Amino acid sequence: MNKHFVSVENLSKRFPTKSEDLVVFDEVNIGFDKGEFVCIIGHSGCGKSTILNVLAGLDTPSGGAVIMDGTEVSGPSLDRGVVFQNYSLLPWLTTLQNVSFGVQARWPKWDKKKVDEHSKHFLEMVGLSASLNKKPAQLSGGMRQRVSIARAFATSPKLLLLDEPFGALDALTRGVIQDELLKIWNATQQTVFMITHDVDEAILLADRILLMTNGPNARIAESVKVSIPRPRDRSDIIEHPAYYKIRNHLVNFLVKRSGEMSGAAAPTGNTLEVDPAEPDATAAATSVPIKKAAAYTA
Amino acid sequence: MLNTLNGRAILLSMVLLAISLGIWEALNQPPEASAAMSEFEMLMGGADQEARVPPPSQVLEHAWTELSNPFYDAGPNDKGIGIQLAYSIYRVLTGYFAAALVAIPLGFVIGMSPLMHKALTPFIQVLRPISPLAWMPLALFIIKDSEQSAIFVIFICSIWPMLINTAFGVANVRKDWIRVAQTHELGALKTAWKVILPAAAPTILTGMRISIGIAWLVIVAAEMLVGGTGIGYYVWNEWNNLDLNSVIFSILMIGIVGMLLDMALATVAKLVQYEE
Ligand SMILES: Nc1ncnc2c1ncn2[C@@H]1O[C@H](COP(=O)(O)OP(=O)(O)O)[C@@H](O)[C@H]1O
Ligand SMILES: [Mg+2]
Repeated sequence: MNKHFVSVENLSKRFPTKSEDLVVFDEVNIGFDKGEFVCIIGHSGCGKSTILNVLAGLDTPSGGAVIMDGTEVSGPSLDRGVVFQNYSLLPWLTTLQNVSFGVQARWPKWDKKKVDEHSKHFLEMVGLSASLNKKPAQLSGGMRQRVSIARAFATSPKLLLLDEPFGALDALTRGVIQDELLKIWNATQQTVFMITHDVDEAILLADRILLMTNGPNARIAESVKVSIPRPRDRSDIIEHPAYYKIRNHLVNFLVKRSGEMSGAAAPTGNTLEVDPAEPDATAAATSVPIKKAAAYTA
Repeated sequence: MLNTLNGRAILLSMVLLAISLGIWEALNQPPEASAAMSEFEMLMGGADQEARVPPPSQVLEHAWTELSNPFYDAGPNDKGIGIQLAYSIYRVLTGYFAAALVAIPLGFVIGMSPLMHKALTPFIQVLRPISPLAWMPLALFIIKDSEQSAIFVIFICSIWPMLINTAFGVANVRKDWIRVAQTHELGALKTAWKVILPAAAPTILTGMRISIGIAWLVIVAAEMLVGGTGIGYYVWNEWNNLDLNSVIFSILMIGIVGMLLDMALATVAKLVQYEE
């Protein structure tokens, strides 16, 4: 059953309230393969950050477990790097020091020269070689997020978790950093789990996009395969025949089905595997979402 | 000079200083030595019947003599202003740093542990409003040494702002930064040292700055009580000697040293300040 590199099994999160428990999400099952890039999309408040924090070991679930590489996640670890939406750089450290902070924690035996070289290498990959000695306050939002990405990749975590990393950035900056993220991901082949609000961003980056229904009682309704070959380029990708099929499928979900399928309306906790690029799948998944596509079990 | 705000401020300060010194000088001229001294006046050693505050010109003249030889030592009741100030600064710094050694670690504990916070708050609330000088009799009885009692009083009055600010700064470190420490598997000590301390340092320094100010206020009063040496004793002693020149001069020196202490702490605070 547990053949995935990371598997999220029957995860649930509740908060006790006076009358009856508030169930944020329930029966969440996800499997990640090594080197896979998975995005998750869902309306605000459905519990995406909570899932990510449980994966990171920063939050505990009310039920279920996360198994990574055969062991259960029980707390934060250097094996799981996190990039938060608000960058969370340490403001009293320079760009280089922020990255070497992570590198030093990862490899405590390395000397300063080696730590700095390794850190500079990753800062170079995100185009920040010229700003090594600047403090975060002197950097733009986009540059700060690049530092944060460099810090996460530089520690070579087995699983990288990104919580709406580009949410606060303008569209142009976001595009540039998405490219950098792809570049660094290509070079390192890390397993990535990313939360996003941006449908186009998800298609550009992900192998698979998880769709979450609205909370409370949220669940992961579908796992949408992005069958567009890599390397992908933001200007070419829209020419690909599958692009608009996938996009329409995602938008349709966000606008209509995420609400319709939410809460008690969901018949099972199973996640549908969908490939909108296949001729009949799109129609099937959009009109009668529950029946046709094969059920996905973790 | 008038173009910049600073330039204008300096000019205005000068004008205000000149005006207030002028008024002070004008209102405190000795009376015309017209009539011959009465027998009573001669008995009083020629002193005015109505005591006068010495005018600034006299005070400045006196300051010049004092400052040109600040470290002379002519017996227990006659030491230079430099020596007296040095005694006071020594006591203040000793008590102050001892307080920092206790207050900052304890503040960390209170800031990091909600249990300790709840358990220790009642003690702090009762102890903090006690005037530091109220401890003096007890200190003298227990320590049996006036010098060390004065240092103890400084210790006790310095501790509270540092303790409270440290606890507050530590408890309010941004959660994101703690999470950065957690995801990098830093242990408790490393988290305290590499994340919490730098994050809380500006707040801690604010507490340290308040403390040094209070310590300097309290030392003058404490030395008036215990006597012997120090600027507080000096002021009181010169008052007993009715040497108002010296009294005014030492009041000014207390202000200047207090300002320098505050500036020193402000410089340190600038070093640990960060912009979010
Ligand atoms: N302490 C709490 N008590 C009650 N509800 C909470 C608490 N913390 C979070 N929630 C709820 O959990 C839900 C999921 O939050 P979150 O994971 O941040 O959502 P997302 O990242 O998808 O926007 C939200 O609806 C929020 O109201
Ligand atoms: Mg969120």
